[in-house]
Amino acid sequence: MENFTPISSLIGGLMIGVSAALLLRLNGRIAGISGILSSLLPPWESGNGDTGWRLTFLGGLILGAAGYGLTTGGAPVVIEAGLPVLILGGLITGIGTRLGGGCTSGHGVCGIARFSGRSIAATVIFFTVTALTVFVTRHVLA
Amino acid sequence: MGKNAFRQLVALGAGLLFGAGLAVSQVTNPQKVLDFFDFAGHWDPSLALTFGGALLVTFFAFRPARSGRASGKGPALGGTYALPTKSDIDGSLLGGAALFGVGWGLVGLCVGPAVAALAFGEPKIYIFVAAMLCGTVLTKFAQTKSINRLKT
Repeated sequence: MENFTPISSLIGGLMIGVSAALLLRLNGRIAGISGILSSLLPPWESGNGDTGWRLTFLGGLILGAAGYGLTTGGAPVVIEAGLPVLILGGLITGIGTRLGGGCTSGHGVCGIARFSGRSIAATVIFFTVTALTVFVTRHVLA
Repeated sequence: MGKNAFRQLVALGAGLLFGAGLAVSQVTNPQKVLDFFDFAGHWDPSLALTFGGALLVTFFAFRPARSGRASGKGPALGGTYALPTKSDIDGSLLGGAALFGVGWGLVGLCVGPAVAALAFGEPKIYIFVAAMLCGTVLTKFAQTKSINRLKT
């Protein structure tokens, strides 16, 4: 528990919640990042007039993190995974979030608050599988 | 300022807040994420507060988006709520969620934090995001193909 950061982690969570709330209550849109990203990628569907705000939101996402990094002297990014695992992990994250129709933001933060059965099921599954994967890689294979 | 410009401004503000929130809570640090899921090791419960804090806000703010309530007032800047319409819990949802879980557990990055962490200039993040985009594009093409096959 030596790395426990309750205050900053709670504040960050509240900021994420307020962001999702603003996007929904003002613009009527769901802050599901895998969905936002996916709809900007080919093959493009016709009649999709929502490209503008999606690009703006993703730009803001990167700038927001950059702003935090610049004002605090850099945010820590420690990645244990080597190159093959990094590529495999990225690929299946891209496949899985597309097939499952969302990730932690869309299903977890927004979907659960909508009381969506699909989102609750997806969130329970990816949290469980993630914990199992961490257990296997850190305690069984290590 | 027109409503469209206002909507863009909201999208920018929401993006900034989301990205800063991810960085403040350190979900952008894969090690922090893996420590949160490592119940058998040095468990770091911090991110439970992040998820809980976000849900606490959306729980109250998403009232109009809940089943059966979408018929009420629309979003403040006009238009309608664009909400997912699917309700069936199918193999694609469950299998996709499980696959995503394996990816998240292997590296410690989910989609939003991976994109936000591009800001930190770490090459490994760029490799992960490139692979992730490839995975999504491949899946989209496969899905379009199977839909077209159903149509003919």
